[in-house]
Amino acid sequence: MTLLRVENLNMVFGGIHAVENLDFKIKSGTIHSIIGPNGAGKTTLFNLITSVYRATTGRIFFDDQDITEVSTYALAEHGISRTFQNLQIFFNMSAVENVMVGNHRKTDSRFLPALFGLPSIRQGERDCRQRAEQLMCDIGLERYIGSDADSMPYGALKWLEIARALASQPRMLLLDEPAAGLNPSETHEIDDLIKRIADMGITVVLVEHDMKLVMGVSDHILVLDSGRKLAEGTAEEIRQNPDVLEAYLGHRQRAR
Amino acid sequence: MKAFYKPETGGILALAAIIAVLPIFLPNSFYFDVAILVGINAIVCVGLNLLIGYAGQISLGHAGFFAIGAYFSGILVGTYEWPPVAAMLIGALFVGLLSYLLAKPIMKLRGHYLAMGTLGMGIVISIVLNQEGELTGGPDGMPVMGFSVFGWEPGSELTWYWLIGGLLLIAVWLALNLINSPVGRALRAVHGSEVAASVAGVDVARYKVLVFVVSAVFASVAGSLFAHYSGFLTPSEADFFHSIELVTMVVLGGMASVFGAVVGAAVLTTLPQLLTVFHDYEMLVFGASLMVTMIFMRRGLVPTLQSLFSRRLK
Repeated sequence: MTLLRVENLNMVFGGIHAVENLDFKIKSGTIHSIIGPNGAGKTTLFNLITSVYRATTGRIFFDDQDITEVSTYALAEHGISRTFQNLQIFFNMSAVENVMVGNHRKTDSRFLPALFGLPSIRQGERDCRQRAEQLMCDIGLERYIGSDADSMPYGALKWLEIARALASQPRMLLLDEPAAGLNPSETHEIDDLIKRIADMGITVVLVEHDMKLVMGVSDHILVLDSGRKLAEGTAEEIRQNPDVLEAYLGHRQRAR
Repeated sequence: MKAFYKPETGGILALAAIIAVLPIFLPNSFYFDVAILVGINAIVCVGLNLLIGYAGQISLGHAGFFAIGAYFSGILVGTYEWPPVAAMLIGALFVGLLSYLLAKPIMKLRGHYLAMGTLGMGIVISIVLNQEGELTGGPDGMPVMGFSVFGWEPGSELTWYWLIGGLLLIAVWLALNLINSPVGRALRAVHGSEVAASVAGVDVARYKVLVFVVSAVFASVAGSLFAHYSGFLTPSEADFFHSIELVTMVVLGGMASVFGAVVGAAVLTTLPQLLTVFHDYEMLVFGASLMVTMIFMRRGLVPTLQSLFSRRLK
């Protein structure tokens, strides 16, 4: 079943075509990687899918619903969540509170009951905190349950961002370079985590430069270059694709 | 009992105790006058701190909302003989609507641009109060009738003290409730990272407008109380310096700390009044205290002291 369908997507910044005539599909329940050289449009694509940017033209469908014009905050309701290449942690909060924000759409956020501190709100807060702590334990962050976000090391913050994204119980999770800045053993743990997330039935879309990680976990790979689709297929197909080799290693003519 | 326990209950009880005991140490009506002004400023600051400290948005025009509330009370009670409580509520409702309409465009701005936008808003309100002489008495000001609730009037300084003290406690209670709820968490998330907040499902624009309106309504109610208490209003209540005073109180006391806002209001209202030698240099005291706080205690008085004590206890 197709979960995400992108049709003829274009994004133009000034004169730059960051994404050009892009078509692709993502099947439900798979790990789908998007790779490409720097500036290929990978993060732009994430920003388009999550409505951080509005596409110049083209449509994006999630579960057969057109989500091109849906606001970012409303996409959480559809079941789309993401992490960020440059961390977007709430450094003014504790680690648990960061994860609790992820659960925002499931909490009772009506203004007047909150203002008067009704018991139902307080009960909801206790439940929300408990769920967040449970999620932190599940993901291996139990050491940081009592920590403030600004006192946590970089690697743990990457996990915290994933925990926050999972707290919204997404159907599709976009991971923007989860292994960037991590050491090899941490990257290996990310590898495991991605597989566990997929086992939960969440469709994972991965942007990553670490080829070992990408080739190891991906069911399907999409290669972008200068905003265009260069190739698509399984890890094995991508590895042998001459266009991909050319994009990464340079033109043959230049060698002359 | 356990069901009623919340971590912030201790803070409210401490504040209530201070308010209850303080009159013993106030020798004459001058000190009561200062204490009442502290309470009024504290109510504004508790609201403003939701906007500045928690949601991370600046307003350099909140004195405008304070003044609108004050003039609603002055005009409706004096000229149209409304009951003061009704005038206060209508004033708050009007400020709520006005701030909602203003927040829609203004709260799309960020950082310096938001500061400029709110600054302009405050200046326009100040100009309107100055120019609409028919209604407001213009620059000469206007007298305001006394306060009353169903025939009861706070006659003495002491009864005013209890009235303002009680209302301050309610304001603190409401603010704490809000902060310790999903709404408050969403506001702090907006402060931390707007894009991450919206990905998590927080409607950032809606929450910014909401907190702007809430803080404006707090200011309006405090303005109404001030009008009745002081008995006389001038458009200077809306001027830029008053807005800056309020922001300074919030920053000095501690951003994102409800009790910090109260302490900030207390310190900066009391200092110029008690140290009369400074009177000509009031601006200097405000400016210097803001600079010193920013250099040595970036998080403000209360949060800095809090973390100092909790580290000691460990």
